[in-house]
Amino acid sequence: MCGIVGLYLKNTDMQSKLGALFAPMLIAMTDRGPDSAGFAIYRNPVGENETKFTLASDDAKTDWESLASELEKKLACAARIDLHGDHAVMVTESDPQAVQNWLAEFRPTIRIVGSGRAIEIFKQTGLPKDVAEQFKLATAHGSHAIGHTRMATESAVTTEGSHPFATGLDLCLVHNGSLSNHNWVRRELEREGIMFQTENDTEVAAGYLTSKLRQGASLHEALDAGLKELDGFYTFCVGTADGFAVVRDPFACKHAVLAETDDWVAMATEYRAIAHLPGADTARIWEPEPHKIYTWGSVH
Amino acid sequence: MAELDLKEIGVRGVNSALHALPEGTNDQDWEINNPMGLHAIACGLDAPLKVKINGHAGFYCGGMNQQAKITIQGHAGVGVAENMMSGSVCVTGNASESAGATAHGGLLVIKGDASSRCGISMKGVDIVVGGSVGHMSAFMAQLGHLVVCGDAGDALGDSIYEAVLFVRGKVASLGADCIEKTMRPEHKTKLTELLTAAGIDADPSEFVRYGSARNLYNFDIDNLDEY
Repeated sequence: MCGIVGLYLKNTDMQSKLGALFAPMLIAMTDRGPDSAGFAIYRNPVGENETKFTLASDDAKTDWESLASELEKKLACAARIDLHGDHAVMVTESDPQAVQNWLAEFRPTIRIVGSGRAIEIFKQTGLPKDVAEQFKLATAHGSHAIGHTRMATESAVTTEGSHPFATGLDLCLVHNGSLSNHNWVRRELEREGIMFQTENDTEVAAGYLTSKLRQGASLHEALDAGLKELDGFYTFCVGTADGFAVVRDPFACKHAVLAETDDWVAMATEYRAIAHLPGADTARIWEPEPHKIYTWGSVH
Repeated sequence: MAELDLKEIGVRGVNSALHALPEGTNDQDWEINNPMGLHAIACGLDAPLKVKINGHAGFYCGGMNQQAKITIQGHAGVGVAENMMSGSVCVTGNASESAGATAHGGLLVIKGDASSRCGISMKGVDIVVGGSVGHMSAFMAQLGHLVVCGDAGDALGDSIYEAVLFVRGKVASLGADCIEKTMRPEHKTKLTELLTAAGIDADPSEFVRYGSARNLYNFDIDNLDEY
């Protein structure tokens, strides 16, 4: 099962309403995925030399402020941190790899959920409406968002197993469906040095895209290669720094619908997640074709 | 004409109101407002009603229909008119996958494009698509007609039985046991009749007929070793 949704605002005047428009999309897909939910929102891009990390911890007592100040001292850089439920968004000028290494060594229980200049990823077990509330989605502004409601079939119901999965700087993936060769692909990717936190099949798809992008492929090329090598039934929605991409496997039996107006483009597993958007009644609505990569915004 | 507001009374409210109409009722014209992409709207009707849905519908709209004439003013989700027995369902926009699945009778008209598996396992329904259809359309189609005014995706008519397919545009590929056939006068007459019933203006002479080679579902003694 599972539900996926994406909303990209073409009309920049609407950015203050992104969360108000997007939260009902996520909540509408509760029937398809009541056990956990997550979303990536693209907002407040940081400076050229900065990186924004979304961090999560299972320990409610995590002292995020002291983590940031310790990191500042050790890596000799400024770091500012904002708390969002049990996640924190940290902005630093330090080299992203140095931050990752430092966290892995000194704070191994902290998970990096996403990183980039604009992306922030929040995910949690529980009903989509509770997850949206915890992370104040309804009042969020931003340029675009993708989200997922999960009914787990392939791995445990945990925050780590929830979507979206980060696939690189400002890139993340949500998935409806299941991959049948994920164990084999995971082993191949582990040999290349890609690390996995869960047994989840979607994390393998995210790792696959990360691997291709590291090898210099464009997102389009990475998705194209994925269509050949990832076996299973899937509809993917990929969030990028400036847009999103939608791709379905060659059989295309996992539902998906696209709607577009002059102001926005939206994708969802079911149209009822889109019906409330302004102008949806006169939008162009169609089902994405199999084996075809749809993109909006820039997806380099 | 009577109106039902789906936002106010929900899908069950709308469907119950239509099911509860007594036989021979004078209230035969209905409009359903605010469909909001909800599923199973106007399902299981069995009366000669005219039902217009003002907006986009979710999955299985008009499923199991008998007698009623249903119009969806917009897009129809997965499985529109699935298992229809008689009457008609008309979609003014596009339709998602499995339109008219397993339908036994009646007329399904999609003015725009239909997605994959249009007419899957159709058992007697007539389907007319103004645009194109996706892959695996008319898969295991047993009886009835599928008219496609645009193109057809891969594996058209895979494992087809006795349904008749007419396509005006390109066919990406034919499925197993589906072949091109000669368009005889009786086929042209039937096609003309279907296009007229659907209100679609297209020249029947531009269509090609496809159907079953009848090799797959007949037992072939040469294949005995396969069993």
